[in-house]
Amino acid sequence: MKTLTTLFKSNVREYGMLIALIAIMAFFQYATEGILFKPVNITNLVLQNSYIIVMALGMLLIIVAGWIDLSVGSVAAFVGAIAAVLMVKYDFHWGVTMLISLLIGALIGAFQGYWVAYVKIPAFIVTLAGMLIFRGLTLVILQGEAVGPFPVPFQRLSSGFIPDFFKTEGFHSTTIVIGILLSILLIVLDWRGRRNQQKYGFEVTPFYFFVAKNVLITGAVLGLCYLMASYKGLPNVLVILFLLITAYAFLTSQTVIGRRIYAMGGNEKAARLSGVNTPRLLFGTFVNMGVLAALAGMIVTARLNTATPKAGVGFELDVIAACFIGGASASGGIGKIIGAVVGAFLIGVMNNGMSILGIGIDWQQAIKGMVLLLAVFFDVYNKNKS
Amino acid sequence: MSDVILEMRSITKTFPGVKALDNVSFSVRQGEIHALVGENGAGKSTLMKVLSGVYPYGSYSGEIFFQGKECRFRDITESEEVGLVIIHQELALIPFLSITENLFLGNEQSRKGIIDWNESVSKAKELLDRVGLHESPNTLITDMGVGKQQLVEIAKALAKKVKLLILDEPTASLNESDSEKLLELLLQLKEHGISSILISHKLNEVSKVADSITILRDGATIETLDCQKDSITEDRIIRGMVGRDMTHRFPPRESKIGETIFEIRDWNVYHPLHEDRKVSNNVNLTVRKGEVVGIAGLMGAGRTELAMSIFGRAYGTRISGKAYKHGKEVDLSSIDKAIENGVAYLTEDRKSYGLVLIEEIKDNITITNLEAIADAKIVINEPKEMTVTSEYREKLNIKCSSIKQLAVNLSGGNQQKVVLSKWLFANPDILILDEPTRGIDVGAKYEIYTIINRLASEGKGIILISSELPEILGVCDRIYVMRDGKVVGELPASEASQEIVMKYIMTQQEVMA
Repeated sequence: MKTLTTLFKSNVREYGMLIALIAIMAFFQYATEGILFKPVNITNLVLQNSYIIVMALGMLLIIVAGWIDLSVGSVAAFVGAIAAVLMVKYDFHWGVTMLISLLIGALIGAFQGYWVAYVKIPAFIVTLAGMLIFRGLTLVILQGEAVGPFPVPFQRLSSGFIPDFFKTEGFHSTTIVIGILLSILLIVLDWRGRRNQQKYGFEVTPFYFFVAKNVLITGAVLGLCYLMASYKGLPNVLVILFLLITAYAFLTSQTVIGRRIYAMGGNEKAARLSGVNTPRLLFGTFVNMGVLAALAGMIVTARLNTATPKAGVGFELDVIAACFIGGASASGGIGKIIGAVVGAFLIGVMNNGMSILGIGIDWQQAIKGMVLLLAVFFDVYNKNKS
Repeated sequence: MSDVILEMRSITKTFPGVKALDNVSFSVRQGEIHALVGENGAGKSTLMKVLSGVYPYGSYSGEIFFQGKECRFRDITESEEVGLVIIHQELALIPFLSITENLFLGNEQSRKGIIDWNESVSKAKELLDRVGLHESPNTLITDMGVGKQQLVEIAKALAKKVKLLILDEPTASLNESDSEKLLELLLQLKEHGISSILISHKLNEVSKVADSITILRDGATIETLDCQKDSITEDRIIRGMVGRDMTHRFPPRESKIGETIFEIRDWNVYHPLHEDRKVSNNVNLTVRKGEVVGIAGLMGAGRTELAMSIFGRAYGTRISGKAYKHGKEVDLSSIDKAIENGVAYLTEDRKSYGLVLIEEIKDNITITNLEAIADAKIVINEPKEMTVTSEYREKLNIKCSSIKQLAVNLSGGNQQKVVLSKWLFANPDILILDEPTRGIDVGAKYEIYTIINRLASEGKGIILISSELPEILGVCDRIYVMRDGKVVGELPASEASQEIVMKYIMTQQEVMA
């Protein structure tokens, strides 16, 4: 059992957060008398938190690079507003609108990235300015009114579900099939990775641990799919989320670009002196954040079916909190995509659970603040101990 | 005048792996200027840090007596309380505060927490008069030259009722006339009974003002010279500084030197902030295949600045000059281009510029050439990465529990080997090594020298910047000497001795070889 303890100790942050998430889920499941895990509520939970997770993916990269972006809420609202005006007032096709929106997000990211990476103005200031600028421009574009509703295909972005190819009554079979295929894929991938490592003679986790891990993951995937299937099936947005999370987890852990971002955040000067073009990389990180904020903006707008001047207020705080709860370091160089996703879910579950319990927004905020502080304290405490 | 104000008895201070001070005794008489000389790394600064309480009582062994009383300083405030003030090479003034505010920082002229500005300013004026600085007390530090800032530091010491003033390389960054003024001031303070310890590399200054001179070498006191009794020449001091046993500190090497592979012509670099200050002045330099070329000089001679400006313009502005590899001009205008063209630069400051400390050893090694271990230059092939980095671990004998250990947890010598690995992984033809053995123990130094020899025998050209003369002499084939951004001497190692090189370094006139 010694290996298990050392394994846990070396990954205490990630497992700790996962355990915290499970504990909080269990608590709310009990406190809400089973409402939390009702299929309809689980589906809602995903829909409500999808845009936080989308933005957390970009924010994690920015935080790992050593900076922060305060403007994402405003940018999301701004892009949502433009999409709304294009579709409702100018009758643009929804597909064209989405492309334009993503492009605008990229431009906004490039604008802010330019100031941070090339003019060397601290991101805190640049994005604080961006937060004000794009909030203001949102009001200008919407002229203070709510704009909507939108064409149905656009709404499906966040309120649609994948079609059921098997047409079973009351149960979404396709979802279950996807769940099973996904589980098999995950097991195969993990198994191949493990074999590969063994082939090169590297240390691998003990076999029982491998089995336990896969049983847990498969259980979670199948359980989630089962719950979804007994409601309306997999939401479109969950599919998008899954693809994005996979892509970004891969980008950060397996690619040259990802490795360079961590090096830049860990020691910018050393990275630069090692031949990493740090300004260009940082610029790219902000462009990426802009695109993801634009996507999140469209998801929010589609979900509400109107663009409002007040959309996205305070999103940046939930997004940043998700990253820090998920173990990212404010000084850069440390943080994982999975951590940020778990952090976002943790906040999401708390929001959802507390709302079901009828706890007012006042106490919700206070409690979330305490959780953020606790999570980071846990980090610092562990670092000092080792 | 001959009673002793300070006596340090058998001071020993060890760092992990290094004995920085070994049974050092040192005493200063009342009202004298006592110079402390020695090579970089001889232990001068360490001794002064022990004295001023930067290294608290208990972290060293030995005794300190000041004015006849034993002192056990726990921090720098305690040593300042009894009248011991140290002025560091890097000035500790706050740039955007005024002279007055700096003078009384931590010692504010206040009543019940409210600062009495009239009292402060009038006292500041008095202090400035004593050091001969004619500036308004409201001038901001940032608006003054380094020479004047130095005087403010001394005035600050006077404000603390200093009895023994310690100056660490006070004239290193001053020009001739400012240095003159400063030394004059020290003599004046002496008249008023303030003793000083002067750490300096500039032997002409030392012989001008010092009453006695203590020479440190390798963390031990070599001798103390009395300037009234002994006849002191610069040669005499240099001999004391460098004379040491040179056998077995360097692995033997046979140089097989080929054709010129790298050349720098008419290289000029300006300081990034003070745009009219030239930090490299018409430097010409060649490196041949299989050759180890040394650059000797004092700190601040412009060696690091030269190296970094060559390496993708990582330092300086308005860089001009040409670089040739194998006779063809090469573009070194950015760091990635320099690396692509086979130039590597190993920094003198491995913690700030060399390593990402919070990352694993393997990540640190591969960062210079990630494409080489990535499939399609995009996706990192982790098994390949592990294999490659494990090879370096073995070849360079990096002592670690795993290649996945964090760099921060390695000893200095092993960290340096990781930095070396990372540059070897970039597969350069020309390696610029800036103080590659700074702060690492003798055993690790020997290993680094062995690696340098091996690289040279593989046909690489190596430029070695070092402040340790024995190292330059023991490892290099040819030596350049730099002073004030200029190459002031070039000589084959076979003709060089420490005395000759030291003369190039120290002497103000150009010496023709």
